[in-house]
Amino acid sequence: MRLSTIGYCLQQGFKNIWRNKLFSLASMATMAACIFMFGIFFCVVQNFQHLVKEVEEGVAITVFFEEGTEEDTMIQVAKDLQTRTEVREIVFVDADETWKSYQKIYFKDAPELAEGFANDNPLANHAHLEIYMKDVSLQQDLVDYILSIDQVKKVNRSDTVAEMLTGFNRLVSYVSVLIIALLLAVSVFLISNTVAIGISVRKEEIAIMRLIGAKNSFIKAPFLTEGITIGVIGAAIPLLVLYYLYNRIILYMALEFNMLSSVLNFLPVNELFHILMPIGMALGVGIGLFGSVFTVQRHLKV
Amino acid sequence: MIVLENIVKSYPNGVGAINGISLHIERGEFVFIVGDSGSGKSTLIKLLLKELEPTEGVLRVNGMNLSRMKKQNIPKYRRKIGCVFQDFRLLKDRNVYENVAFAQRVIVTPTREIKKNVPAMLSLVGLAEKYKCYPRQLSGGEQQRVALARALVNSPDILLADEPTGNLDPKISREIMKLLEEINARGTTVLVVTHDQDIVNTLKKRVIRMQKGLIVGDERESGYIG
Repeated sequence: MRLSTIGYCLQQGFKNIWRNKLFSLASMATMAACIFMFGIFFCVVQNFQHLVKEVEEGVAITVFFEEGTEEDTMIQVAKDLQTRTEVREIVFVDADETWKSYQKIYFKDAPELAEGFANDNPLANHAHLEIYMKDVSLQQDLVDYILSIDQVKKVNRSDTVAEMLTGFNRLVSYVSVLIIALLLAVSVFLISNTVAIGISVRKEEIAIMRLIGAKNSFIKAPFLTEGITIGVIGAAIPLLVLYYLYNRIILYMALEFNMLSSVLNFLPVNELFHILMPIGMALGVGIGLFGSVFTVQRHLKV
Repeated sequence: MIVLENIVKSYPNGVGAINGISLHIERGEFVFIVGDSGSGKSTLIKLLLKELEPTEGVLRVNGMNLSRMKKQNIPKYRRKIGCVFQDFRLLKDRNVYENVAFAQRVIVTPTREIKKNVPAMLSLVGLAEKYKCYPRQLSGGEQQRVALARALVNSPDILLADEPTGNLDPKISREIMKLLEEINARGTTVLVVTHDQDIVNTLKKRVIRMQKGLIVGDERESGYIG
């Protein structure tokens, strides 16, 4: 296609939008609502995943060994476990460190009481491994494996919070997918309607084009331009609004709920929109293109 | 140039619009197709434009068998055929220049050539001065001239005119027919479907008479026989 022809088709596409102002606006508004909702769910899910990941990273499996197990053996077990893909980090805590951290917690207010054990570590047999996982959902497999090791006496795990968060995160994801799918379907339907109206308005022109010998691509191009333009505008507006709002919200939360900052650690706006912007725009263009292609194929038997 | 061999066209409801006609039209001929409503004239035009497929028979234009033509080649074929209609079929939201340029735009003609060809064609049909007017600002005869300019601007081999004077008064009709003669004199094959007895009688061209989907008369330099 010549450049001038591409220009002409684009111009006709924009004219279509202008001619069907009301329907075009309705399509853009629905598309904007859809992408806005998508953006909100995306932000929530991403931040939730971020939170879950942080919690997961803080959850450790503690492995205790049978009495009399040598430290070298424990370190060897640690090295073996480190080779497993689900393991992120293993920390070996010897008996002295265990006793020190115990003192910090339980003899915080009366350190003199612990002095009686100065030369006799009551936790001498409590050297252990702290295992941090990449994915808490694989914890059970790992625990089963560790329990099968001869020298291991006991495995402690505290995965309730992580499991609950993972479960909730999954629920949020499923609900989001469902709502987004519904909104996308509505957007496709509305864009399809707008393009169908454009086709019926230009029926005579299309008939003339066909008689003169216009190729299918020439006849279809303005309608595809129309769909894509609605998609692009319908996606760009809510994404910009979301960018502004997200920025404001995390700033507001940081200022007003300072004490929650250790728990509520939001993803930085740029990191989040680095992914959301291209996905949102691709969705807009995709829906616009799909809606118009679908309608053009149905209504334009050329 | 145009060859029809035992063409039959029946619609799905069983009505036969054309019931077996054979015809041969040479390059550069001027032919009138006359007949009552429902005689199959317009169906013949639609078959030639490949808007309809014949139920039976062979239809060749410029040596191409239209029944065997691939779908993607239809636009290219139609570019060699110009057509005008009783209701002009102009784009109401575009001016005279844009209506004619539209035909060139559709076949992807470079803009600089459009700028050269369109004024030349408007001069030929006598509308050079009115290139900025919209169809609603023109008389019926002028609108038909614009339609003619649009049909001719892509230099077609064949011009199909379906009742081109149907909505025009006798004086304007004669002017339009004079234009068609001029176009024919330049080498374009012209097929005119008409009811207009005066015009057919005045021009003394080949007349093909149709009745109930059949050719009942084909005479050179004939007049209108009702």
